Amino acid sequence: MNEILQYTVQGLAAGSFYALAALGLAIIFGVLGVVNFAHGACYMLGAVTAAVLLDLVGMNFWVALLVVPVLMFVFGVLLERLLVSRLTALDPLYNFLLTFGLSLLLVDLVKRQYGVSGLPYTRPEILTGQLSVGDVRLPTYQVFVLVFSLLVCLGVWLLMTRTRIGMIVRASTEKSELTRALGVDVSRWVTPVFGFGIALAGLAGVLAAPFRAITADMGSSFIIILFAVVVIGGLGSIVGAVVAGFLVGLVEAFGQAYAPTLSQIVIFVLMAVVILIRPAGLFGREENA
Amino acid sequence: MSAPTQTTARGAAASSPDAAPRGFLGRSTRRWLLLAAGLVLALVLPWVIYPPVAMDIAAWALFAVALDLLLGYAGLLSFGHAAFWGGSAYVAGLTAVHWGLPFPLAVLVGAVFAMALAWPIGMLSVRRSGIYFAMVTLAFAQMLFFVVNQWRGLTGGENGLQGVPAGFFGVEAVEREAFWFYYAALPMIIGGMWLAWRVVHSPFGRVLVATRDNPARARALGYDVDRYRVMVFVISAGLAGVAGGLFAISHGFVSLQEVAWQTSGKVVLITVLGGIGTLWGAIVGAVVIVILEDQLASSGFDGIGIITGSVFIIVVLLFRRGVWGTVADAVARRTGRRPADEAVGAADGEDGR
Repeated sequence: MNEILQYTVQGLAAGSFYALAALGLAIIFGVLGVVNFAHGACYMLGAVTAAVLLDLVGMNFWVALLVVPVLMFVFGVLLERLLVSRLTALDPLYNFLLTFGLSLLLVDLVKRQYGVSGLPYTRPEILTGQLSVGDVRLPTYQVFVLVFSLLVCLGVWLLMTRTRIGMIVRASTEKSELTRALGVDVSRWVTPVFGFGIALAGLAGVLAAPFRAITADMGSSFIIILFAVVVIGGLGSIVGAVVAGFLVGLVEAFGQAYAPTLSQIVIFVLMAVVILIRPAGLFGREENA
Repeated sequence: MSAPTQTTARGAAASSPDAAPRGFLGRSTRRWLLLAAGLVLALVLPWVIYPPVAMDIAAWALFAVALDLLLGYAGLLSFGHAAFWGGSAYVAGLTAVHWGLPFPLAVLVGAVFAMALAWPIGMLSVRRSGIYFAMVTLAFAQMLFFVVNQWRGLTGGENGLQGVPAGFFGVEAVEREAFWFYYAALPMIIGGMWLAWRVVHSPFGRVLVATRDNPARARALGYDVDRYRVMVFVISAGLAGVAGGLFAISHGFVSLQEVAWQTSGKVVLITVLGGIGTLWGAIVGAVVIVILEDQLASSGFDGIGIITGSVFIIVVLLFRRGVWGTVADAVARRTGRRPADEAVGAADGEDGR
């Protein structure tokens, strides 16, 4: 029983990174129709930026949690204005290819600058210990990551459902043409939404910094699993991205515990099953199939 | 959603293959000259380039032709073709190591394996089109990557499969020298390309183009769109398998890199750089990229992704028709034919994105 609780928390903590990043991916896809292949590279950039800022100016984890997403937002805005916007009128595959090229570029730039071995990152003191719940001991950091990302997801959900901006974003995700026809200037929101999605990937990166090895390649396998997450959840769906993110984290954790050689494969088997039974994804709309 | 191709232009060109000759040379004459030039180039390649690099070019060219068959003519972007290239590489390598098969047979066994693998993957993947198809194929290829990585006893895991012999019925020159191996392998490469060309110019190929340009109408005319897509996916995987098997055996070992997603990305880069939907372009792209990477590697520059990534970005932003498409347009303009239209796939002909 204790074991199961431990793996559950571990899985949900790992799933937090997927959920946050997949949320960004889903929002970008919803409004721009772009699948951002560079999302894994942006996650990596978030972690690397946090490590570099710690090294250069001694910026601690808590400040980085705020500053790095802002920097990534600016990066995303520039990216959208300079590159992505030139192709949004064309077939979405072109932007898929563009961001693929971009991720190759970013990964190798970081590799050249900081090498292939990991960057060091010291965990904040408070997060190093363990929490006792009854007779179960859980790593504080995992609990923190889980609670923090749940709060962020809740915040984004409130933003989406309770504000005018969120209403516009949801409307243009669901029925882009109709929203335009009703006189809403969707294009005004395209750039900030892209920046916001990139900022979420960067935030996931900062959260992962004290937890995972910070290398140029840390986003490379991450992005593939992220694709599996959004296919499972349903690509247009914001709720689907979050739920599938946590689900994949759980599958990974229990897989590693009970069948370590199969843990990575199970995720893709899950994806295959979802495609077979519900091609549009768990939370996707059927018309999207 | 339609494919990232010059839909109307291709359709128009394909529907009038024997249009009245214009300019100083007829169309079919030009085509024969082009073919002759290509064959001559293929034959002299190992004289002008280091033979192992020539073999790499040939293998990647066939791989890119296989991908272009799928992307350019069926409008399906597979981002998981490393599964077939690499899957075949491992099977060809294993049969050569354990059973001592001569390399053409080992490569064929590998290609058959790739096709068998492509069947279920294709069946599942064609349930989605457009961007989904790319993501789903990518994920399945990654699944194979993990299997290969985990199954160390068979595949050697991260060390790769070492010591793959290039058996060729006891002909020592072929078995030992890259120069002669190239000539022994060339018939399979050219045969594969010929097969791709036959597919494109067959009634089957015409139906494929129809399923790409207007799947709803193709369906209404009674064509089973999904079945056509699965069939071309399997054919494409088989050709990719031939290329991957030859690549692995020419190197004498199979590395984990062959099933990694970066390999899928590289073949997409080659195809897009050369020009989608042109077949010849895929060959040009392979020549450019393989030589570029070879030069960069031998100059000691680490960070090939910086160059290839930038090339990718520039091509997608500025030369979406690729090298071959751009040149073909210029030639068409000079000889007075109607130049092909710019590829704009904004129209959503397909069932949702």
